[in-house]
Amino acid sequence: MGNIPSAVKHCLSYETLAQDYPWLVRWLQEEKFGAICEFPKTVKIVEVGPRDGLQNEKEMVSTGVKIQLINMLSETGLPVIEATSFVSSKWVPQMADHVDVLKGITKSPHVKYPVLTPNLHGYQAAVEAGASEVAVFGSASETFSKKNINCSIEESMLRFKEVISSAKQADIPVRGYVSCALGCPYEGDVEPAKVTEVAKMLYDLGCYEVSLGDTIGVGTPKSMAKVLQSVMKEVPSSALAVHCHDTYGQALANILIALQGVNLSKVINAGEFICQALNRRTNSKVAQAKSCHCVP
Amino acid sequence: MEMLQNKHSVCIAPVQVVDMATLMRYVNSSRMGHRSIALNCSASVARAFGVAAGKPLPAKVKIVEVGPRDGLQNEKTVVPAEVKIRLIDMLSEAGLPVIEATSFVSPKWVPQMADQVEVMQGIHKKPGVNYPVLTPNLKGFQAAVKAGAQEVAIFGAASELFSKKNINCSVEESLQRFEEVTKAAKEQGVLVRGYVSCVLGCPYEGKVSPEKVAQVAKRLYAMGCYEISLGDTIGVGTPGGMGEMLEAVKREVPVDALAVHCHDTYGQALANILVALQMGITVVDSSIAGLGGCPYAQGASGNVATEDVVYMLHGLGIQTGVDLHKLMDAGAFICQFLNRRTSSKVAQASCKL
Repeated sequence: MGNIPSAVKHCLSYETLAQDYPWLVRWLQEEKFGAICEFPKTVKIVEVGPRDGLQNEKEMVSTGVKIQLINMLSETGLPVIEATSFVSSKWVPQMADHVDVLKGITKSPHVKYPVLTPNLHGYQAAVEAGASEVAVFGSASETFSKKNINCSIEESMLRFKEVISSAKQADIPVRGYVSCALGCPYEGDVEPAKVTEVAKMLYDLGCYEVSLGDTIGVGTPKSMAKVLQSVMKEVPSSALAVHCHDTYGQALANILIALQGVNLSKVINAGEFICQALNRRTNSKVAQAKSCHCVP
Repeated sequence: MEMLQNKHSVCIAPVQVVDMATLMRYVNSSRMGHRSIALNCSASVARAFGVAAGKPLPAKVKIVEVGPRDGLQNEKTVVPAEVKIRLIDMLSEAGLPVIEATSFVSPKWVPQMADQVEVMQGIHKKPGVNYPVLTPNLKGFQAAVKAGAQEVAIFGAASELFSKKNINCSVEESLQRFEEVTKAAKEQGVLVRGYVSCVLGCPYEGKVSPEKVAQVAKRLYAMGCYEISLGDTIGVGTPGGMGEMLEAVKREVPVDALAVHCHDTYGQALANILVALQMGITVVDSSIAGLGGCPYAQGASGNVATEDVVYMLHGLGIQTGVDLHKLMDAGAFICQFLNRRTSSKVAQASCKL
């Protein structure tokens, strides 16, 4: 390549680079697969079991048990634990004890405890009970929005605007959720553009993070990629999260990221505790396998 | 740019294309000591070297259905021959291209497979579908061929202890037995599929080196196996480990001759399969309804469910030739007989037991 500087030669030809620096190629090949893959180094896990999880369990869980579960989870290293929901107990009886739970948990200094607040009324009650982070739930599907929270997407955004506005004044961070990001039980397929629109609205209103929920777990890696590609044009990836349901067994494939920084055995202990209280088997395959002492 | 892209696929094999930005990060990091390269690569060049956000996936994947053998072998309830035959026939109708029908091991060791001849002779062999059977040694091979088998499978292990505990001999001894089988199979025009167990971990030895897996896979391939299925026997593998292992094996065996057999004991199967697909694997083993628990962990799950794999592959736009509804019917049928709940989440979600 004549007079072209070696730096440019290396840029233009991997072969030339490899010839001039053979140790580099060997070195890269020795590196673990994960190091040259595009996986992030760390992932923040938002534990939603005490709220989203228990909300959908038939068995009513006592306040004491909820508090103990959250306290155990606080010891695992999980950085965020969704504690409860300030919705009307008429709609979600499982969350009727929201004030007692929020006041009763031992708040670890390294952990955040967001709570759901569907409207200003719920937000005010949450703040009075000591909440320092709240969450609002939008939907990418009009039908789901109407069936789930009795209003259109636009109307829900108006409610959230009130919440976020008050939260901003009180310096309380707000997390946004978009349900039905990969499919709706009523509408079926959901357009990535619609998911993007709702995510952008929440982000622009002031949510520091938007969690994209595959509410019915129908997504596969391709549809997940499509939605993320669309949303990332409007919302920075650092402000995005994924909330994958495992209804069709696709969650981990959809997530495919490494877990780091979490003490797994403590998480399993917490899981065992709540399953005992609920008198049911864990859904976690890791917990099932570990309890069977499968691996030396 | 096209020239560059063509070059990468040759130069960087077996590792996937390296992201130039990543390359530069390594080069300039303190670990490199005095060896640093001052480069001023443009973003477009970096992208040319870069891994696409979605790594290319195959257009088609062949599913090898192991439920009737690997699945049922690990179920406590002994299933009569006619039920096995009906299951296999339903799986054939669902469009699966390969269905592992039975196992010619001694019924003393595996009572569930005692009806091997009856099953082999009773199934309706759909044209275009392969029905491999397990043959641990020459005796089993001969019995299999006599019963009409046109494809057989042999099972090696990447772990010495596992080999001794499972088939009572060392890895080397097992490979010698298999050579007898592959030799006889060659003479009789019978195809042989090789399996390597414990590729991502062993219940006795713990970690298994990717190099060891590669060596065993290479031996099986060299002795005439047309395909080597790499089995995460206890399901402990995660995507990073799968990637490392496949890199090592791909150096010794062409990727077209490789398959993955992922157990879902730790819920990692689909994620591991996805990574395998990204690395060029186009053959995936799975079991209808996720039949077959883990013999090393009572109560834990084992094989990944075919329905869940097909759901993911179809969602990715990958062709399998499989009709998911008919597949779920087959799953419902066998679960009803076994009086157990399906391990397939897709089937559960679709209310098929």
